[in-house]
Amino acid sequence: MHEWALAESVIKSAVEYAAAEKFRKLKEAGVVFGELQAIDKEIFVFALEELRKQFPAARGCKFRIIKEPAAFRCKACSHVFLLKGLKKTRDEAEFIHFVPEMAHTFLKCPKCKSPDFELTAGRGVSISYLKGDK
Amino acid sequence: MKIDPRPSVIEERLRHVKRIIAVTGWKGGIGKSVTACSLALLLAKKGYRTGLFDLDFAGASDHLILGAKGLFPKEEKGLEPPLLEGVKFMSVVFFSENKAVPLRGANVSDAIIELLAITQWGELDFLVLDMPPGINDAALDVMRFARKAEVLAVTTSSVIARDVLGRSLALYRSLKTPVLGVVENMARGAASRGDSARLRFDPGLEAALGSPAALLRTGFCRDLSAAVKTLKL
Repeated sequence: MHEWALAESVIKSAVEYAAAEKFRKLKEAGVVFGELQAIDKEIFVFALEELRKQFPAARGCKFRIIKEPAAFRCKACSHVFLLKGLKKTRDEAEFIHFVPEMAHTFLKCPKCKSPDFELTAGRGVSISYLKGDK
Repeated sequence: MKIDPRPSVIEERLRHVKRIIAVTGWKGGIGKSVTACSLALLLAKKGYRTGLFDLDFAGASDHLILGAKGLFPKEEKGLEPPLLEGVKFMSVVFFSENKAVPLRGANVSDAIIELLAITQWGELDFLVLDMPPGINDAALDVMRFARKAEVLAVTTSSVIARDVLGRSLALYRSLKTPVLGVVENMARGAASRGDSARLRFDPGLEAALGSPAALLRTGFCRDLSAAVKTLKL
């Protein structure tokens, strides 16, 4: 249920943004799930539904989940690669789920085996857009 | 638009922490981690609700000093740090299986923000932060997110360490970060006196690492306890 903490950050950020933009009503938010962190959508949505009771400004907001594939670029050999096909144990996947940067401990560039790669897309949770009435 | 939502909850996570002590020192190997761990143990022994967060991702060692084995945070609306000798303890080693964590600066920053956002410290009197050596992403992020952090600087009698210490204190002054004081580690001669907080070289310290009970019985911990009084912590 560590998704709860991240869901709380999403709803709080959305409400703060809406206040800063002077939205009369927050209507929709795009929530990106990076493939690497493997967030459990069901738990996350449940947490959002519970949390929105504490944030009146987000009561009517529709949270649209957008999945983003993870992509990497090796800094040692410039090879571009995807998460699919990289080997990791169940425990390693769990550690990456909590702290996505652990990918550098457990994953390697498939071409040169370097852990020095850049995650170009699909890390974790972010907000891609917010819509509201002014 | 790309909003990183995590920073929005960090203040909330630290809301019920009365004081944050950042144990710093800009040179490696001067005893920051042993000082941070011992300080956390001493505070917990005095009955304070205490947390310890090892922020030295590249050289995480608090788990070795405390003999932390078989521990993992509890998942409950975030991560609740496990309790070790009365200290709530969080470290990157819970997620690295004690393997190397080869992170570039921006990755360190991301990992710190992630852990600050998801760690549920609850109510604490003290949160001790074991900072990595130098002024880097971890140090700058702590100053950014843990605004009530007070610095406890560790140095040695070496002219090199003292010169670097001077630069660090000047920066903390310019950033208006409160400095609780300086402790001189591996000191020779007299113990703490007046405003001078000194931790004398203790040949028995190495053998006590890995056992909180043994660590608390060392001359090092006795000196640190006196230093805590000197610094009015």
